[in-house]
Parts: sequence; structure tokens; C-alpha cells
Amino acid sequence: MADNQNEAYEAFIKGIWRDNPVFVQVLGMCPMLAVTNSAINAVAMGGATLFVLVGSSILVSSLKQWIPKQVRISGYIIIIATFVTVADYTLLALVPKVHKELGAFIPLIVANCMILGRQEAFASRNTVRLAVMDALGMSGGFMIALFSLGAIREILGNGSLFGVDLFGEYFEPWVIMVLPPGGFLTLGLILLFFNWVAQQKDKFVEQVAEAERVEADG
Amino acid sequence: MDNLVWIFISSLLINNFVLAYFLGLCPFLGVSNSLETSFRLGLATIFVLLITALCAWFLNTYVLIYAPYLRLISFIVVIASTVQFIEMLIKKLSPTLFRAMGIFLPLITTNCAILGLAIFATNRGYGLLEGIVFALGAGIGFTLAMVLLAGLREESELSDIPRLIQGIAMNLIIAGILSMAFMGFAGLFSAT
Repeated sequence: MADNQNEAYEAFIKGIWRDNPVFVQVLGMCPMLAVTNSAINAVAMGGATLFVLVGSSILVSSLKQWIPKQVRISGYIIIIATFVTVADYTLLALVPKVHKELGAFIPLIVANCMILGRQEAFASRNTVRLAVMDALGMSGGFMIALFSLGAIREILGNGSLFGVDLFGEYFEPWVIMVLPPGGFLTLGLILLFFNWVAQQKDKFVEQVAEAERVEADG
Repeated sequence: MDNLVWIFISSLLINNFVLAYFLGLCPFLGVSNSLETSFRLGLATIFVLLITALCAWFLNTYVLIYAPYLRLISFIVVIASTVQFIEMLIKKLSPTLFRAMGIFLPLITTNCAILGLAIFATNRGYGLLEGIVFALGAGIGFTLAMVLLAGLREESELSDIPRLIQGIAMNLIIAGILSMAFMGFAGLFSAT
């Protein structure tokens, strides 16, 4: 049982950090950049993606014996499209204002390659329980990425977070950040930061190895 | 007529699918390492976009008025199967063209620009002719953005860039600057 617990935990945690779908695998870029001009939109998009990913992972992993190999991709896409339609109509009913701002990008969750990728790579070969943990982890990681990008862009571009003013009237907003170029630039800089962290870590590991070698020689 | 010109210019430059709407980023960042391939991918995309516009119009007019909630599912199924069908057709009729387009045709199915076009055209209530002009503008705009990025990337390979910046981070920053340049086109039609 302990092994089983560990496996589930592992499936969950890897999506949050080590295999983060956006920062590490660079998947699902289109919705990522298009809706992150404010934090609230980013959270709504993250929630919708979470629902679709978890729902379709449950269905795919429980139906995996009955989906023929040759048509599996079309099968997955139809399952995903069904959940996206549900999410679309639910958002329309609950929060019409956010739905209007997200516009065509809710239906476009279907084309988010991260979701299809998880079905093909994980849900179709694992048990329902593991698939749910994996889906939760991946969409958690996706949501963190969406939120950090959305928050940075809203703070710099609008001087507010979740619509609450942060700086008072003397702040001159960087309008470019909420416009399309700001999305590309912010994500580029975040990825640059991740590269830098990885490089520093490599250097540190090398130094430690070097020190150990010197010690062994001495 | 004015309306058609406006739709074309708008989807080509001002609301460029890649640089303003962030559609089709996967091929934009993934395949743009050489001018030749990105141009070919662009041509194949224009082709598929045109056919999608036709299919979307047909579905909207004759089928989906009875069941609007099936829109998403039917679009995606129709697009995927049309692309498959066209691929087989081209393979039979013109092997040369098939070799030129190569693996790009199946890849295009997962390009969100295709589904995005169908959804945008539906939301704005475009007719058949408007839809086709929209698809043409969007496709040429996509090709333009791809070719520009590929050209810049080929140039940048020759220069001495720190290892830290190389790769996807630099491509995103280049795309950001391109997108800024395209924002200048917004003034083009401000009078109308």
C-alpha cells in the first residue's frame, strides 16, 4: 500500500514542478499567452483546463480496453471536446462576464496539445486513480504557470491584481504588458530565468563533484 | 467589397493570427528553424484553412442550426477527417506535391489556428465569401509570421549568442518584438 501511495504522490508532484507543462515541456502555449492579460482570466482558464483534463483522464483511463488502437486519437479528441462543451456552457451560465472576455479561447481548449498529450502518454496506460493524480498535477502546474504570467502582466500593465489597485494614482502602467507583445516577452523572460536556475544548479553540482574528487585525492 | 478588403487586411496584418491572437504557436515556435520548411508549412496551412472555412460554413448553415451544442465536436471531427482525406487524395493524384508537404499535413490538424478560424468565423457570422477571404488572409498572415521568424532565427544562428539565451526563450523574445512591430499596423484603418 505504501508503494501505491508513493506512486500516486509521484504522479501528482511531477506535473507541478519537474515536468511543469509550460515552463519545462513548453506545451499548451496558445491559451497560455492569449488569456493571461489579467489574473482573473488566467484563473478561469486554469479552472476550465483542470476540469477538462481530469474529466477526460477519468474517461480515457477507464475506457482504455474498449478504444481500438487505430482510432484512439480521434476517440480522445471527441471525449475532450465533450468536456470542453460542458465547461463552455457552465462558464456561460455562472460567470458570463469572464466567458465573454475569454471568448473563443474556451472552445480552443480542445486544441491544447497538453491535454491530448497526457491522454496519449499517461491516462491510456495507467489506472484511473493514477490518471486522476497525474491530471491534477499537470493542471496544477499549468494553473501556476497561467497565474504567474497573468499576475505579472496585470501588475505591470494595469497596476492592479484581481482588479484591485496596488500602487495608487502615481503609477504609470506599462500598457505594452497587457497587449500581445507583453505576453511573448514575459514568457520569454520567465523561461530565461528557468534556464538560469538550471545553469546555476549544474554549476553547483559540478563544484560539489570537484570538491569531492579533491578530497578523495587528498 | 470594402468589407471584404477590410476582413483580408485585418486578418493578415492587424489581427495577425500568430502575433496578435496567439493561435498556431506550436508550429510557429517548433518548425520555424529553416526558411524552406516554414514556407512549405505555411502553404499547406493556407490550403487547409480554406477547406476548413468551406466546411465550417456548410456545417453552420445546414446542420448546426438544429443542434448548436454539437458545434465543437462536429468541427473537430470534420477538420480531422478532411485533412486525412485530402492527404490520401494528394498522395494518389500528385506524389510530388505530397512529398513537398510531407509530414506537415497531418501535423496541421492539431494546429489551433484551424479550429480558431472556424470558431471566429462562426462567432462573427461570416458568410461563405467572407469566410474564404478571412481564411486566405489568416493563412497568408500565418505564413508571413512563420517566414519572418525563420529568417531571423537563421540569421541569429550565425551570431555569437550566450548559451543561456539560446533556444525557446530567445525565440519568444524575438516573437515579442515582431508582435510589437505588427502593432504598428493598427493605425492602418483607424478611419473606418
